[in-house]
Amino acid sequence: MTLKDSQTGMVVRIDSVGNSKLKNRLMTMGLIPGTKVEILRSAPMGDPIAIRLRSYNLAMRKDDAEQIQVTQIN
Amino acid sequence: MSALAVALTGNPNTGKSTIFNELTGAHQKIGNWPGVTVDKKVGYVNYKGRTISVVDLPGTYSINAHSQEEIVVSDYFKENKPDIVVNIVDASNISRNLFLTVQLMENGIPLIINLNMMDEAERQGIKINEKKLEQAFGMPVTNTVGRSNKSVKVLLDVFTETRMSDYHPSEMMKKHIEKVNAIKNSDLSQDKMDEEIIAARYDFIDQVMAEAVTVKNVGTTLTDKLDSWLANGFPALIIMFALFYLLFQFTFNWVGQPLADLLGDFLTGDLVDWAKDAMATAGVADWMQSLVADGILAGVGAVVGFVPLIFTLFFCLSFLDGTGYMARVAFVLDPIMRRAGLSGKSIMPLIMGFGCGVPAIMAARSMDTNKDRMISVLITPFLTCNAKVPIMALFAAMFFPDNAADIVFSMYFVGLATAIIAAKILSKTAFKAEPSTFLLELPPYRIPAMKTVLLETWDKGKGYLVKAGTIIFSMTVMIWFLSSYNSDGMTEDMDQSYLASIGSATSVLFAPQGFDTWEAGAAVVTGVMAKEAVVSTMGILYGIGDDVSTEAEDADDTASQFMATSMAAAFTPLSALAFMVFTQLYSPCVTALGTVKKETQSWKWMAFTFIYTCAVAWIVSMLVYQIGRILGFE
Repeated sequence: MTLKDSQTGMVVRIDSVGNSKLKNRLMTMGLIPGTKVEILRSAPMGDPIAIRLRSYNLAMRKDDAEQIQVTQIN
Repeated sequence: MSALAVALTGNPNTGKSTIFNELTGAHQKIGNWPGVTVDKKVGYVNYKGRTISVVDLPGTYSINAHSQEEIVVSDYFKENKPDIVVNIVDASNISRNLFLTVQLMENGIPLIINLNMMDEAERQGIKINEKKLEQAFGMPVTNTVGRSNKSVKVLLDVFTETRMSDYHPSEMMKKHIEKVNAIKNSDLSQDKMDEEIIAARYDFIDQVMAEAVTVKNVGTTLTDKLDSWLANGFPALIIMFALFYLLFQFTFNWVGQPLADLLGDFLTGDLVDWAKDAMATAGVADWMQSLVADGILAGVGAVVGFVPLIFTLFFCLSFLDGTGYMARVAFVLDPIMRRAGLSGKSIMPLIMGFGCGVPAIMAARSMDTNKDRMISVLITPFLTCNAKVPIMALFAAMFFPDNAADIVFSMYFVGLATAIIAAKILSKTAFKAEPSTFLLELPPYRIPAMKTVLLETWDKGKGYLVKAGTIIFSMTVMIWFLSSYNSDGMTEDMDQSYLASIGSATSVLFAPQGFDTWEAGAAVVTGVMAKEAVVSTMGILYGIGDDVSTEAEDADDTASQFMATSMAAAFTPLSALAFMVFTQLYSPCVTALGTVKKETQSWKWMAFTFIYTCAVAWIVSMLVYQIGRILGFE
């Protein structure tokens, strides 16, 4: 499953960040394999999404979220 | 003793700039947009007989040197060895904040870890054992409550009393650095190497977190509660429009405009009368009196009259930015902006563009990617800045007296629609190959520090004041000169002046738009210097004197003055409309063009901005006139 497919309210664990151009930035922001991420909510029309990790909130577009492989843990 | 050099570094949204402002009171632009402070700002403070110089480095998440801000910070530490480096860490978001700390220490930079927002961390159930944090890094740890002046002043004691040579990286940190060096010396690919190093840093951070930080679940936070309304689906969009409506009411009806009226009345009324009396008493020559009172004071006064409006708008935006709400606006609007070839983050420059294009173009700095930044810069000139409003108001009142307000509103719409179409085209052509991304921290809601909001307002509005003081001043004198002289010297007959020659040369271009009079041509030319000059040029040229009001609210009076002149016959309603469309869209003023050059670091883009806006304006206004004629209007 990718972060894009995750539904609001889900808590997931990151398996891999993928190979997007954003990879380096995403990892610097704390999205590294093993990190727990909660899907909080989304903007109108469902994109971008807001997620919570490492006790802060981050918004990203679904195109970028699609690169991130996750496993649901709740 | 020489000055003590202190450098502040940290992530965006940590309250770093607020601490800087509290320490030095210097001018500083801050906000919740990651990376607004591209320039490095320095302030000075005298404390216990020592001069302390404080550098506020741009907020960055790392020093990977991927963005302009990161390069600024990375280069600063390569080239400077400040006595004290303070790493401002948002205590409520410590895990991600420590990434920069670890990276700085890998680069052999000794630092003070200052935990800011301690009160907020507590509310979120985050408890930090400062002693253990100190042991984990081997560096001194202090704490501040961002907006408390007293707690920030304590830092001054820390600066003067801490000897960094007493502190050494901990064993744990040394081991981490060895590990990173081993990865760097391995034969992994650069990509893989970066990945491993980032993971190693978070490994270290997770160890530190386990030892020094406890996180208790405190349930839903205030930020979460607010966000479930303000940043959640369609209702958030509706709330946002309501808030913006209030913001514009506040700016244009409740506070800004009344203040602007007061100031404008004083400057164009009492002050001019006083100056006339004073000059008459002193026996100053008539032409000089007229130049100073009716030309310079009236011209500059009309512009200065807008200052309260601009400052009120920027105050509101800075305040909202400080609360963290502007990040939500970007989030909620991204779905719409993305479809127009923009990013949600472009909303800040766009709104500012309705005040003044100069700070709006500068605000585009905060964009993530070159593509988003360039498109924001290039479309801002199409918007209805404050200086264009009087043109629209005057022409609407003169030629469309029955529905003037609708016509003015439609010009706002023409500007915005053109901006959106231009964004779409630019993103599909000139910037097609470049990626556009949207990665934005949604910081907790905070009550912004007033000092910081005011300093930021001043920073953004300053450009407008400078313009009023210099360009408009010289423009007024220049128009006066060009309209009063020709190659034979001074002339009474304005038809024979330099301005008439320039105007008629230009006006040839506007035959397809139906306003090919030399007066209109001259107004278009002076409008490139400053949009405020369009109405005042017409005032001089149609001979209602220099005391024409360039204020939108006086448009009806001014219109009736103009109606009595040959201007009424020079335009038909249709050619007036074409003129309005043209002035709405054509080249931004020279100050804005200069800003484009500064922000894009390119003469080419500045020239492009001038040419393409003029071309778009020429084509659209021609279409308006020609299609209007086919439809039987005139």
